[in-house]
Amino acid sequence: MSEPARQIQDPVNRIHLIKKDYEGANSTLCKGCGHDAITASIITAAYEASLDPKRVIKLSGIGCSAKTTNYFMNQSFGFNGIHGRMAAMATGTTMANHTLIPIGVSGDGDTASIGLGNFAHMVRRNLRICYIVEDNGVYGLTKGQFSATADRGSRQKKGGANPWEAIDIAELAIMMGATFVARSFSGDRKQLAPLLEAALNHKGTAVLDVLSPCVTFNDHEGSTKSLKNIRANRDVLHDIDFIPDFDQVTADYPEGTDIHVRMHNAGTITLHKIKDHDPRDRLAALQLLERTRVENKFATGLLYINEDMPDFAEVEQLPDVPLAFMGEEELRPSRQALDAINASLML
Amino acid sequence: MSQPAINDINIGIATENGSGSASANSILFKSIFKMGIPCSGKNMFPSNIQGLPTWYQVRASEEGYLGRKDVIDVMVIFNDVTAHLDVDKVRAGGLIIYDDSTPLPQGLIRDSLKYIGVPAWNLVREHIKVTQLRAKQRNMVYVGAIAKLFGIPLQIVAEVLKDTFSNKQAVIDSNYQCIELGYKHIESTGATQDLCQLEAIPDGNKGKIMTEGNVVAALGAIFGGCSVVAWYPITPSSSLVEEMIARVPDLRKDPSGKNRYAIVQAEDELASAAMVVGAGFSGARAMTATSGPGLSLMQEGIGLGYFVEVPSVYFVIQRGGPSTGLPTRTQQADITMMHQGSHGDTRHLVLIPHDNPSVFEMAWKAFDYADRFQCPVFVMMDLDLGMNLSISGPLQYPDKPMDRGKVLSREDLEAQGGKFKRYLDVDGDGIPYRTLPGTDHPGAAYFARGSGHNVDASYSEDNRVYKALLDRLRKKYETARQFVPPPVIQNGAKTGDGVISFGSSFIPACEALDRMKKAGRPMDHLLLRALPVNGEVRDFISKHEQVFLVEQNRDGQMTQILRDEFPEYAARIHPVLIYDGLPATAGAIVQLIQEGH
Repeated sequence: MSEPARQIQDPVNRIHLIKKDYEGANSTLCKGCGHDAITASIITAAYEASLDPKRVIKLSGIGCSAKTTNYFMNQSFGFNGIHGRMAAMATGTTMANHTLIPIGVSGDGDTASIGLGNFAHMVRRNLRICYIVEDNGVYGLTKGQFSATADRGSRQKKGGANPWEAIDIAELAIMMGATFVARSFSGDRKQLAPLLEAALNHKGTAVLDVLSPCVTFNDHEGSTKSLKNIRANRDVLHDIDFIPDFDQVTADYPEGTDIHVRMHNAGTITLHKIKDHDPRDRLAALQLLERTRVENKFATGLLYINEDMPDFAEVEQLPDVPLAFMGEEELRPSRQALDAINASLML
Repeated sequence: MSQPAINDINIGIATENGSGSASANSILFKSIFKMGIPCSGKNMFPSNIQGLPTWYQVRASEEGYLGRKDVIDVMVIFNDVTAHLDVDKVRAGGLIIYDDSTPLPQGLIRDSLKYIGVPAWNLVREHIKVTQLRAKQRNMVYVGAIAKLFGIPLQIVAEVLKDTFSNKQAVIDSNYQCIELGYKHIESTGATQDLCQLEAIPDGNKGKIMTEGNVVAALGAIFGGCSVVAWYPITPSSSLVEEMIARVPDLRKDPSGKNRYAIVQAEDELASAAMVVGAGFSGARAMTATSGPGLSLMQEGIGLGYFVEVPSVYFVIQRGGPSTGLPTRTQQADITMMHQGSHGDTRHLVLIPHDNPSVFEMAWKAFDYADRFQCPVFVMMDLDLGMNLSISGPLQYPDKPMDRGKVLSREDLEAQGGKFKRYLDVDGDGIPYRTLPGTDHPGAAYFARGSGHNVDASYSEDNRVYKALLDRLRKKYETARQFVPPPVIQNGAKTGDGVISFGSSFIPACEALDRMKKAGRPMDHLLLRALPVNGEVRDFISKHEQVFLVEQNRDGQMTQILRDEFPEYAARIHPVLIYDGLPATAGAIVQLIQEGH
């Protein structure tokens, strides 16, 4: 991949990259797709966090969402695999090299239907990953079938109402043991970008369920995931700042209303209270989601965070040198070891 | 009274599973091994934890025939439920050893058989104080009875007990007590048999190891540099990964105290395959172990690995299918699923070991092949090879350094000016170069995808690009054909008839060929060791008028593959099919060859 041409006036981040360095191929999604707005936020967050693209691995399954990993950070390795298996693939790439930062982009079909099992188990292993669900309640690439996150009663573009209960990915993630769970909206870059920055610095699984309207198949009257309905029923919990370690903290908000959480890897996420919610309280997070479900509202912001849990690599005691870069010396036991084994198998 | 045979006997043992008979059987088997006599043990067990009938066969063969034998000389009947069936499995003139704590029903008495009773229940009731232990200890009584009847020295049994239960003196003592009870009972009654005497062969098994194929495969993978394992428990493959889990703490110590391995029990086989492909993409030597149903679930991941060109290794311990089938019985019926696994046009490398040393060799080599050819590699095993104890020569240390294949480092990329096309056939062998995530060079990255892609790894639906990709993958496969293990040809008269066997069919096939030779019909023998097959297989088939291909499935899956490879010789290849779920026997092979032709 070639580096983009630099203009002298382009601002650079801490590792001397310009924002363009975080861009990827041109999107081939529908014009106005919420997913493209999320891509833009990912680019902003990665640039702001001074993420080294060479340390990032992008992973996705199948669907419109899965294509988007090609639209950012083209200096990073990417793997667009198979439907529903991104969580498991990410587990594999982490086993091989836990020093990389995985960014996984999934959709509601990929995560909540075909990949539900693998998603749940990735979450319970607390694999370090920034796992983004581009959630539009519909199968776009196969042209408009309901997904498992479609709300009960929501209407299909050319058909009836969804008779089934929706799976709330955020609530499920909390129940499965996720240590960073947020809900956001593709159109709210001010909220989404700092959430992503924090997620990229989280030790463990960070799940971001990002409502992302499908302008082609699910943006009509009667759909609960239309742009209009999401905007109308959004319950923004807090304004969010992410302060990287190298920036000065500036407090423009009244004392006592902010919550600061120091991220394990770097930086601090600061939440300026709008609604009463402490994301360090798991039970409160579940209650919030149950309440907003009944009220047909979308609570957006940081729902739950716990920086104290060991992540997958820690539990597995993966060594400092990634397994992928170990050679014969490290991996092949000695001739004497085999001699001893042979001797032990003789009587 | 006829002269007893020396060191040639096949003993069947019928018990109830979960009753501790597995320990008793292995003590018996190991004792014969320790006497220096060639022997094999075949476990025919139910898919159950406790209470269903289970059988074991211990065969001693001075001539060194270690396959399962279909003629049973002696049957130990320690399960009333199957007694009426077990009696009739014994050849005329054979012996029944039974628990005569209660009299044997009249219906089980055959004039052609000899009966020796040992009151095992009564003995354990009398001598074992702990009530709960009696059912287990009862089985040790027949070990003692057999030892006395056939001439296994008690001293040897005691040594085996010590080896087996290393530091558990109480267990050793109580087991020995029961063995001694059986031994002394036979001694006191003066019962004898004239079928066979076991006579120690000094240094007979010197240098031989005794273990199971799954244990060896686990060791081979560790010595092959495998560092990532993602698996889902399934019989009969589970013991392979469990063996790895048991071994890695010793064999893969990092000075920091951390692990030079990662083993994850996945949530299902969909995940196992995806984890393995993910880890292979990122540069680890990654594997899974599974059996038919699991392999079915892995098919999509396997196709991804093939098309994206990611190294990954699959140990497949075959069992009886289809569906749940016979999970604790053996078959070679997933050959097609390995060779042509997944959707679309795919062809895979399949390594086919036939005994424990070859399991070890192919296990470590599988990782070299996977890295060299950037593809899924299958190690084809089955329950017979994987789970039955067998004796063999020792495992040989790898004779080649690890081959990581065409991986470009940062320095390589710098040397070529940062230019790198992931799927370009630079060397004309169909194998492109790859980079690993984490390589510290801005030109290292590429975007892998299971969809159509060009040499730059960019998305493409172009018909010419797609066809060129399929053709290059085929070319790569043809390159690999020259490197996978070639067949081994025995005899080599290259006239008349030939036999091809592979995997666990090889050992009984060797015995079958010896029998055919003695009967005046010598045949040549080719041991197939990998797919795709290479040139020597064609030569062998071309030089024989009839070729009998022994395989353990109903539909002749390997026959179909060879007929497809060599259509000009299709009519010469006659499948010899054994598919009742039990390990193939020489008797069945001889019979099928003679019946058919």
